[in-house]
Amino acid sequence: MSDASLPAAALPRGRLARQDGAAARIVLIALALGFLALFLALPLAIVFIEALARGWQAYLGALADDDALAAIRLTLLVAAIAVPLNVVVGVAGAWAIAKHEFRGKSLLVSLVDLPISVSPVIAGLVYVLLFGAQGYFGRVLASYGVEIIFALPGIVLATLFVTFPFIARELIPHMQALGNAEEETALTLGASGWRTFCMVTLPNIKWSLLYGVLLCNARAMGEFGAVAVVSGKIRGLTTTMPLHVEILYNEYMSVAAFAVASLLALLALVTLAAKSFLEWRYADQIAASRRH
Amino acid sequence: MSAAPKSVPVVIEQASRQFGGFAALKGVSLTIEPGELVALLGPSGSGKTTLLRLIAGLDQADQGSILFDGVDADTLSLRDRRIGMVFQSYVLFRHMTVADNIAFGLRARPRATRPPDSEIRRRVGALLDLVQLPGLEARFPSQLSGGQRQRVALARALAIEPRVLLLDEPFGALDAKVRKDLRAWLRALHDQTGHTTLFVTHDQEEALELADRVAILNNGLLEQVGTPNAVYDHPATAFVCGFLGEANRIPVELRGGQAIFDGSPVFHAGANTSGSGALYVRPHHFHFDISGATGLNGQVETVRRHGAIQRAEVAVRGLARKLDVDILSAVAPAVGERVGLRITCGHIFAGT
Repeated sequence: MSDASLPAAALPRGRLARQDGAAARIVLIALALGFLALFLALPLAIVFIEALARGWQAYLGALADDDALAAIRLTLLVAAIAVPLNVVVGVAGAWAIAKHEFRGKSLLVSLVDLPISVSPVIAGLVYVLLFGAQGYFGRVLASYGVEIIFALPGIVLATLFVTFPFIARELIPHMQALGNAEEETALTLGASGWRTFCMVTLPNIKWSLLYGVLLCNARAMGEFGAVAVVSGKIRGLTTTMPLHVEILYNEYMSVAAFAVASLLALLALVTLAAKSFLEWRYADQIAASRRH
Repeated sequence: MSAAPKSVPVVIEQASRQFGGFAALKGVSLTIEPGELVALLGPSGSGKTTLLRLIAGLDQADQGSILFDGVDADTLSLRDRRIGMVFQSYVLFRHMTVADNIAFGLRARPRATRPPDSEIRRRVGALLDLVQLPGLEARFPSQLSGGQRQRVALARALAIEPRVLLLDEPFGALDAKVRKDLRAWLRALHDQTGHTTLFVTHDQEEALELADRVAILNNGLLEQVGTPNAVYDHPATAFVCGFLGEANRIPVELRGGQAIFDGSPVFHAGANTSGSGALYVRPHHFHFDISGATGLNGQVETVRRHGAIQRAEVAVRGLARKLDVDILSAVAPAVGERVGLRITCGHIFAGT
């Protein structure tokens, strides 16, 4: 008798426990959703509402402006230079850190994080100090006619500095988890180092690399602080989209400002959507490449 | 396989390797004859995998040298060493099919020596037949069982027509039944292909069953090298005796050609050594002597089934550990019974 009654007595208590869990779950979800709505969704919506406040005509007009177009072109150009460079340097750095043991490795790992911990404004200022007209190398470079600060090279340098960690940080933990075994196997089978990288390493890390590239690209296009310092904000020449938004906003041209801002916001949304789509489309492959 | 690959002798001379302050190998010398199947046996941390990696060229010895067919391996690239290496965790390329995995080594060759695609396909098929996995070309590693993966890894290593085959705990990750099957299969495969083979294992049963010779490694040093019978029947050191199968350790006094325990002689020591020593006796080398006329007396504490035979635990006064004794006679002693034990065979190691 007692045997039979025991589970029956335990059951309601178990159900109660689960109800407690359900209540806590609802509270937690509501909290998270409320926070996201207030601090993310609402501001994002306002960008589009403000941009379209005077209708499509004004919106498209603001985007067709010469300075706006120049800013869009410059932003795309900077990203087109900075992202591939970061792919090369990021993969090389992650490879060195994840697959090799060497003196000063922990220092290198901390250096990878440096751009994230340093204020972008400081990054920009450092480049001004180095390459500006009064800077350490500025005069020498100027005598050869090389302009870095207040020109494209400076903007690219500042963007590179700020966006470097995105690819390396995405790759390092994944490559460390994968270990060296497959590479070593490929080498014993007679493959060259380059072939091993292309045939074994790259296919294994391609998803992390892609995430890294998406994040790096989003940041390269959206970077403000470091670029603001080195660009000099010469309209139509050295203003990227974020700088252009700020200039327009300061001049009380809110429709134009939000129109350009909406493009940047759109880029963020497309990046997110692309990431989610890839995760959904290739879920099994991604899982397989993470499994050891 | 088309042409029988040429197997070469491997000579290891005084190989040492340190990792930080830890000496993984302390001067190991070993010669492997062409076509020989040698087991490198030892507990975890004994240096066996380190030695295998040195031979494969995945790591460099601090001192000593490794010769392939008389050529210093340091002068050979990994490709020129032509090592077929199989890792414990298989390490198949997970994004490639079985066929692409096996063909990897052939496709990685420089253009001049790379076989044409049709030939590669033919060889992949032949290798899959050899490892008894025909028709699995298009599968991915994740769709295979552990035993199948292991055989694909072996086929991939064999594809490059290796001069030496290195196997790192080849059956370590498999369950007992599959291990047994693969063991017999590997022995047959070796007889068929005749590669110089070195395999690492911590399983003494596996080493004794498979290998032509067994090299026993402990703490970075070779304890003994010999045929399975030689190392099992005539262990050179106490470690080898204890590691190859079970053995009871009895501390004894050596005097006048006798091993003396608790004041009475228990075993004929042979050599005329004196001083303290240890007598190692395997569980099946005891004989129950109900008369109690021998030097070793104890009380049966438990009797348990141990595979095909029954085994008794016998508590002996003066011994910290109970003796494991196989019951070989038809009449089993009862629990609690006082018995005498006669030692039919034992190994004495002086000074231990």
